[in-house]
Amino acid sequence: MLTYIALRVGSALPVAVLVALIVFLLVRLTPGDPAAILAGENASPEQLEAIRLSLGLDQPLHRQMIDWAGGILGGDFGTSIISQVPVVTMIGQRLEPTLSLTLITFCLTILFAIPLGVLAAWKHGTAIDRGVMVFSIIGFSVPVFVLGYTLIQIFSIRLGILPVQGYRPVGEGLGPFLYRMVLPALTLTLAFTALIARMTRTSMLSVLGEDYIRTARAKGAAEPRVLFRHALKNAFVPIVTILGNSFALLIGGVVVTETVFNLPGIGRLTVEAILARDYPVIQGVVLLMSFVYLGINLLVDIAYVVIDPRIRY
Amino acid sequence: MPGSTTSVLRKITLTALAAASMLAAGLGAASAETLKVVAHSALRVLDPMMAGAYIIRNHAYMIFDTLLATDAEGNIRPQMADWTVSDDRLTYVFTLRGGLKWHDGQPVTAEDCVASLKRWGAKDAAGQVLMANTESLTALDDRRIELKLKAPNDFVLAAIGKPSSFVPFMMPKRLAEVPVNQPIKEMVGSGPFKFDQAAFNPGVLVAYDRNEDYVPRDEPPSGLAGGKVAKVDRVEWVTMPDPQTAVNALVSGEVDYVESVPVDLLPIVENNEDVVVDLLDPGYQITAVFNTLHPPFDDPKKRRAALAAFSQKDVMDALIGDPRYYKLCGAMFGCGNPLETDVGSEIVMKADPEASKAMLAEAGYRNETVVIPHPTDLVLLRAPGIVGADALKKGGFNVDLQSKDWQTVLGQIASRETPDKGGWNMLITLLGVPDMANPIINERLNAKGTNGGAMGWLGDPKLEEMRAAFAASASADEQKKLAEEIQAYAYEQAVYAPLGQFFRVTAWSSSIDGIVRAPVTLFWNIEKKQ
Repeated sequence: MLTYIALRVGSALPVAVLVALIVFLLVRLTPGDPAAILAGENASPEQLEAIRLSLGLDQPLHRQMIDWAGGILGGDFGTSIISQVPVVTMIGQRLEPTLSLTLITFCLTILFAIPLGVLAAWKHGTAIDRGVMVFSIIGFSVPVFVLGYTLIQIFSIRLGILPVQGYRPVGEGLGPFLYRMVLPALTLTLAFTALIARMTRTSMLSVLGEDYIRTARAKGAAEPRVLFRHALKNAFVPIVTILGNSFALLIGGVVVTETVFNLPGIGRLTVEAILARDYPVIQGVVLLMSFVYLGINLLVDIAYVVIDPRIRY
Repeated sequence: MPGSTTSVLRKITLTALAAASMLAAGLGAASAETLKVVAHSALRVLDPMMAGAYIIRNHAYMIFDTLLATDAEGNIRPQMADWTVSDDRLTYVFTLRGGLKWHDGQPVTAEDCVASLKRWGAKDAAGQVLMANTESLTALDDRRIELKLKAPNDFVLAAIGKPSSFVPFMMPKRLAEVPVNQPIKEMVGSGPFKFDQAAFNPGVLVAYDRNEDYVPRDEPPSGLAGGKVAKVDRVEWVTMPDPQTAVNALVSGEVDYVESVPVDLLPIVENNEDVVVDLLDPGYQITAVFNTLHPPFDDPKKRRAALAAFSQKDVMDALIGDPRYYKLCGAMFGCGNPLETDVGSEIVMKADPEASKAMLAEAGYRNETVVIPHPTDLVLLRAPGIVGADALKKGGFNVDLQSKDWQTVLGQIASRETPDKGGWNMLITLLGVPDMANPIINERLNAKGTNGGAMGWLGDPKLEEMRAAFAASASADEQKKLAEEIQAYAYEQAVYAPLGQFFRVTAWSSSIDGIVRAPVTLFWNIEKKQ
């Protein structure tokens, strides 16, 4: 197992670099010129060229790639073309809101979704099961921004008990931090709970019909023990997979929620950088996300082994 | 065990109470002396000479100051400096007023200002005209700047006192000597606020603290002139990409000021007694710019046919909708500006597709494709592009509307290639009304062609002569007459098409006071009522 982990960690670095290099080429081959956004719509070709020169964008692609790769190895991820702020600083500024939202949403989702899914499977065919399924369909069908605006209208505008927007770092007080995280976390939790509950139900149903479940009941095991100790444990492998994907999605892809609630997270940073062709920032974020996905995949694979000892690598 | 249960319950209750009090402690709004603003755009670029975007200009007004400034009546007034003019109108001497310091504590000197003017003059259209006519620009001593012209004109003050992009902001010599195509690394000015570098999060937050060492002028504020008194301790610009969120935040009191409220969200704030809604700046014009390098718009007759096809009302209705917030305006120098005139504008005020078709036939139009790059990620340009393209089609043009993001559009319009090789024929974009106030600063009238020309590369020596004559004119009456002649000629040649003027609606909390009306969004003189 340890050997497997070591091999996976060792193989993560070249994979991440390969992904970053592919993105490096893709963004530079995409139409658009960051010098143009700096120079404005009335820029002459001479002004554009002068800006490209000052930013090193006039260099051949392979030279730019070597310079960037060399910088990465030295811990220098470059500087934003648009704002002239180091990429590491920009990502660092945006990481806390994203991680905060991700962790809170993830914990709440597990807290609600798995019991809901187990309940639905246990009460399969009943009103409870149908109720959970209706909630599930609504939850992942309703666009996140509709849900977000609805919650803002109710809790912020009408009742005035929660803020409309904004983020306060944990360092400025746990209370102000949590106060501003309630609505965005609730919005995302509802959406992800709908998805995970449904997955849990499906996975549980496939297990609850097994012989060993019937045996456990026949031996007099209490229903909670049958559900959680026997059924859920065996049903958990696909659930862990979807949980891993959800975590990765939360870290990198919740730009709509970040926009609605004005959270300065990685999602917004990525979209802004792409629209501005801010190459160093795009590359830095992609590299970060590569490591995140690789790490999550590794943790999920390890979790498989913990959950199901029959799985061996 | 009951004792254990009670103990646990007690702990839970105490924890809940503690959490509630922590929440309550954090609920308080920002300090009464912090003004929270949602600006119209995110600020990422800080150097005011790097790009002409208004958000950068507005940022620069917070921390930099200017030698001269335009007041509410459009007059040029002293700001950092007063001036004298020699009898032959060739020599201007600007004298800095006392007590001016940079934010790093060093005194403002004439050498700093000379370097700043040169940097500005290397980039700005009006500055380039001024520098081309400048014999010398030197510091006579620590406080006096001398500008000697080659030929007399009255354009000097209008150029140095111009309110909008690019503005001749004064900065320390070490910053002003940075080549204009490279960004300055420090935000050190002499303005009423100081830039908080530590708080700067590009695209998220920018903050300014009151400059305690700033010495404002004694006069009350008027436009961009007069006393710039910072009455709040701190101003924070919070970026909110979603205008709905911004409006909700204003209504709930989380922010004090929203610079730009979309017209469709106005019903939320218009009848709210805690919010004030008003039009503060003169707005923008939508303009259709022609690439004159390639057919069909290398031919002024076909350009005029396009003008005949456009409908200002259709464009404005699609973009704004509510006629309270737009104006049909054919004035190339902006409606509401001193040089406003409607000379020659009849052709663009009402669509006449039949006339357009007839003009195209007469001009020998051979159904050449009109490629129009259409930025779909800019809200203000999305609808006008579609409506404009449709109008041209009705007018007999063969149109290829190419939808893409603004970044890609910028790259395309910088290309001089033929449209079939990635070039373009026409772009519908916008221009701020302060930036069209006269024929020199209105970049749409730049007719220098491919050698120093603006977007579209119109080459028209006669128009350039007329602009030069304007720059050399000696009186306001003469300028007015020349401006009318220039506009008449520009319409005759269909240099570009004004497609309507619209206003930006601003909303702020009724708990703040002292808003200064100017063509730029300003935050001095604003205070929070107790």
